[in-house]
Amino acid sequence: MTPFSARAGKAAQATGHAAILVFFVTFLAFPFAWMVITTFKTTQDLHNVANNPYLFNDPPTLDHLRTLFADTAFVQWLANTAMVGAAVVIITLALAIPAGYALSRMTGALGQSLGVGIFLTYLVPPTILFIPFARIIAALGLQDSLWSLVLVYPSFTVPFSIWLLMGFFKAIPRDIEDAAMIDGLSRFGAFLRVVMPISLAGILTSIIFTFTLVTQEFVYGVIFITASSNYTVSVGVPTFLVRGDVYFSGSMMGACLIASVPIAIIYNFFVDRFVAGFTGGAVK
Amino acid sequence: MTSEAAALAGKEHSGPGFWSSFADNERWLWPAMLAPAVLYIVLLVGFPFFLSIYYSFTDVTVGGRDLHFVGLQNFNRILESSTFWLALKNTIILTVISQVCILVMASILAQALSVNFRGKWLVRLLILLPWVAPIALGSIGWLWIFDSIYSVINWTGRAIGILGPNDWPIWLGQPNLAMASIIIVQIWRILPLATVIILAGLTSIPQDLHDAAAVDGAGPFRRYFQITAPLIRPITLVAVLFGIIFTFTDLIVVFVLTRGGPYDQTQVLATWAYFTGIQGGDLAGGAAISLFLFPVLVAVAIIFLRFARRTEVL
Repeated sequence: MTPFSARAGKAAQATGHAAILVFFVTFLAFPFAWMVITTFKTTQDLHNVANNPYLFNDPPTLDHLRTLFADTAFVQWLANTAMVGAAVVIITLALAIPAGYALSRMTGALGQSLGVGIFLTYLVPPTILFIPFARIIAALGLQDSLWSLVLVYPSFTVPFSIWLLMGFFKAIPRDIEDAAMIDGLSRFGAFLRVVMPISLAGILTSIIFTFTLVTQEFVYGVIFITASSNYTVSVGVPTFLVRGDVYFSGSMMGACLIASVPIAIIYNFFVDRFVAGFTGGAVK
Repeated sequence: MTSEAAALAGKEHSGPGFWSSFADNERWLWPAMLAPAVLYIVLLVGFPFFLSIYYSFTDVTVGGRDLHFVGLQNFNRILESSTFWLALKNTIILTVISQVCILVMASILAQALSVNFRGKWLVRLLILLPWVAPIALGSIGWLWIFDSIYSVINWTGRAIGILGPNDWPIWLGQPNLAMASIIIVQIWRILPLATVIILAGLTSIPQDLHDAAAVDGAGPFRRYFQITAPLIRPITLVAVLFGIIFTFTDLIVVFVLTRGGPYDQTQVLATWAYFTGIQGGDLAGGAAISLFLFPVLVAVAIIFLRFARRTEVL
């Protein structure tokens, strides 16, 4: 190959690469860009079909956000989500840390099959469980209470966190604990005093994912909760703000943005660990 | 950590006794540490699961106190309903088309992300947004994009001349377009996950392999199909299996975009189970419908298990 054609080939390759990225970024991020534009446009501008929808034909406005915060229960929904999220995180850690550690240290067939069993429960979707849960929650008298969500959400956060933490604990050499045990700690003491402190990164990761899963959950929320003041943000925005009335589109898009983008940014730092959790260490 | 565990930890120096022998004896310690989680999972996943199977053979309703065993009546009723067959067909079409598209698109995108370039972190953040944002809220974004009057797609199509002056597709109002819209949103939300999983597989391939193949004269396509593709096949399988589960059992996208409409033409099994069981109050019927999701889940679980045995990763 002559130097010229090599350079031309490289340029073509770079252009192709850029074109692929532009296409995918446009497809995947466009709805969010569209949310930003819609949030700050005046209603009049949004509803004038003659206007170019990509441009601000009227100056940007904060009216929709004002409506969202002043006239809807949006702040309450955020607070509910945070409360449920915090409670579910505590339950999840209390159950998943000991279990993940035990599974990481158990040798033999029992430990392995329990690990696989817990992984398989993650495959049982809310779609199969919501029907019986509707009656269980009613029998427990928890309808329309945020406690129903606190009770049920760990059913999907615990299996995933066990799986994630198990991978973390496996990466910690047993020698460290054995050394601590020679120094007089029990096996459990070594877990508390030695393994836990160096696993903080793993625990933080499972906190983030538990919280994200709680924020994303919709099915149980829509079934258990009926009073709009008890909604979480994922349920409140689609059920309460959507009334087939276009008037709300600006506020709705603002709500979607506020509830999703901050989490997305935090999550981004942890995504590699998330993938490791999904693939069960198939990738080193 | 729980207060109980902290209290136990405080006692651990109290000398040889019941606790210290317990805390050292792995035969008891491991089961004790696993028990709370296993108990929780049995009670809140296992029990409702079997309850769901039981319900499908009864006449249970949301408000009713009694329930009677009715045998296969619910299943007979469901199999006679045309909406059920439509929902089943839609679920399968939706899953197959979206997964095929996701597989192709994620392979291309992961390949493009496997090389270094400026601003990669930003591209990755933007690409991940649909997966991380709550699905219900992302779907609302699309609801607005597909709006019958203010659809930005239609406006753009008209502006660049794809749509004529009299063309104005009502995306969510015409059955075929509505199905297409739902498929687009499913691809949109699962593509990021599939991409990062496949990308993790790509980055685990040693560069030496590519270099050796290049020295031996293999071109980029040959390198991809003869070296890269076989090596990432297991992890690609993981991505596809999760994609199948998430699409096949999803209720949210259809619920937010069309509520199964127009005239139940876009119902899927999950939404049909919801509308029958929860909104219609016929829990037994809803349970029976949702159990039709089960064979696919079992199939996926079996593939995962065989995969685990072969590669010893699970």
